[in-house]
Amino acid sequence: MPSLLDKIWEPHVVDRNPGQPDLLYIDRHLIHEVTTPQAFEGLRKAGRPVRRPDLTFAVLDHVIPTDDLSRPLKDEVAEAQLSALEKNRAAFGLPVFFGMHDPRQGVIHVCMPEQGVVLPGNTVVCGDSHTASHGALGALAFGIGTSEVEHVLASQTVYQSKPGEIGVEVRGRLRPGVGAKDLILHLIGLLGFSGGTGHALEYFGEAVSALSVDGRLTLANMAIECGAKMGLIAPDQTTFDYLRGRPLAPRGPDFEAALAWWKTLFTDPGHQYDHRVLVDARDVEPRVTWGTNPAQSVPITGRVPDAFDFASPDDRLAAEEALNYQNLEPGARMTDVPVDYVFIGSCTNGRLEDLREAAGLLRGRRVAAGVTALVVPGSGLVKAQAEKEGLAAVFTEAGCQWRAPGCSMCLGMNPDLVPPGRRCASTSNRNFEGRQGRDSRTHLVSPATAAASAIRGRLSDPRDFERRP
Amino acid sequence: MEKFVTLETGAAILDRPNVDTDLIIPKQFLKRIERGGFGRFVFNDLRFRPDGSEDPDCPLNWPRYRGAGLLVSRENFGCGSSREHAPWALLDYGFRAIISPSFGDIFRNNSFKVGLLLIELDSGTCAALIKLIDESPGYRLSIDLPAQTVSGPGFSASFEIDPFRKELLLNGWDEISLTLKKEELIAAYEKKRRRPWQAAVTAAG
Repeated sequence: MPSLLDKIWEPHVVDRNPGQPDLLYIDRHLIHEVTTPQAFEGLRKAGRPVRRPDLTFAVLDHVIPTDDLSRPLKDEVAEAQLSALEKNRAAFGLPVFFGMHDPRQGVIHVCMPEQGVVLPGNTVVCGDSHTASHGALGALAFGIGTSEVEHVLASQTVYQSKPGEIGVEVRGRLRPGVGAKDLILHLIGLLGFSGGTGHALEYFGEAVSALSVDGRLTLANMAIECGAKMGLIAPDQTTFDYLRGRPLAPRGPDFEAALAWWKTLFTDPGHQYDHRVLVDARDVEPRVTWGTNPAQSVPITGRVPDAFDFASPDDRLAAEEALNYQNLEPGARMTDVPVDYVFIGSCTNGRLEDLREAAGLLRGRRVAAGVTALVVPGSGLVKAQAEKEGLAAVFTEAGCQWRAPGCSMCLGMNPDLVPPGRRCASTSNRNFEGRQGRDSRTHLVSPATAAASAIRGRLSDPRDFERRP
Repeated sequence: MEKFVTLETGAAILDRPNVDTDLIIPKQFLKRIERGGFGRFVFNDLRFRPDGSEDPDCPLNWPRYRGAGLLVSRENFGCGSSREHAPWALLDYGFRAIISPSFGDIFRNNSFKVGLLLIELDSGTCAALIKLIDESPGYRLSIDLPAQTVSGPGFSASFEIDPFRKELLLNGWDEISLTLKKEELIAAYEKKRRRPWQAAVTAAG
């Protein structure tokens, strides 16, 4: 009984030899400024062209500032990186490029689906681990390194070993005030920080089907945070409705032909996954990380654990290191932890639905004194729509900074950093040591929890606040 | 990439699980567009204090671990971001091989592409090896890739490696050149098996 993964993987195998990884054809290669300059340089040195410029899609997102967009950038090294992609794009003749002032520009995993670049059944790669996001549309999408980027640019293929499969069933519906971000943090907690290594996750069940494409992108995005390179969701009517009419999606008879195949993309009943996980959606609460990896989380109503609570020596060691770095006392209530910064944005939670969720809490309320709150839309189109709907005004009236799109404070490659010793409630995907700035402390949360925390100045339960539509 | 056949070297330890690629090479160093020279930034936030001075408490700065060609750590080494800057930095610093109970998937692919040998030994063996190195200043290990063994005084282990990766490492082969020899297969794939709608739409119509 073939799985969704089998149905996409097998038709993309260009060459298969015993004892070797498969050579897979790549339908969509997404590229950005950080992981490509050395790959283009490799092509240049070897005198090789980009084999399929038409299947290569470029955007600037990681290092661009979100306030002062004037060029050249003040950061000379970042400026050199931006101009490298601008030059490479021109020199190698890539037709699709969303530059710094293009209204379609944005975080690569936000703007590419938005443009209809990614389709169900596609193989999608990008030099970025959160490429897993695109599995939300039923695409086989995974992150690669710069050598692999060069390999794909040169050959439109990549060597890859077929991963194992973990079937993740989410029964029932999520409760009010609980979203896709809470669900994925809950799942990563269950699977463990490396529980998905060597595997693809496939999410299904009522709670997954009920999610919008925005929510599904959040769910698939963080598959890598339990070690799984891919997170898949079978395409359905929600997916098809989302894709129809997107600027770079197929049109007319092409769309209908595609649709006929997309409708066959699901795991056949009776398929045996390598592992199965069952979650009752009603058990999921708003969730917050206390530690320095995304598996170290508790419900917002919970308390900081003690390192001795963990059975395995490695988990205990990781917890000790994390509590020390995060400066947290075991037993403290999460809702007593103060925050200095709030970041709403990123490829995890920078889409329109996320901003609506946060604005629902912030409307008519104020960010607590002493808290710096950044709202960074995931793309130029998200920004424009949020301004049109009045969300931007809600944020600025509440005292948030409304910024231009980019990866921003998720990883602080641009000037948006959390200072040393400061604590941030963040809708991003990683709480690693130093991720948002050296010696900064990150708590991963949903957009609603981030908004609630901004209002109170400490980590807060979004269910304590009435939403104001 | 450089060939890897055998290595006889000093060994350093990083006794913590989940060494993520942000820790191996922090983001501020990813803006460089060169491929070389990342070694001086490896484990920056562990090796250097915020003022840029060396932290004498960091074992990697101890004279006994300087110049080590091998690093031994705990489970899930190289998890997180896809940045190939991580194996570039480790190699440029002088590490030719890493031993750990498990590695992040993307880091694993990246490392083998650039000639950094990753050796998986079970958790108990890694813990014992960390202890042995810690208690034996000047301890050296030998790696024999053809035989798939790691050995040193009072220590011996064998490891598994994908035969394809092993062959590339032993010969120092460039994978792209190998793949481009398959041009006919790729062209045939494009001609026969791609569906018309899979062609990209590259401009709004």
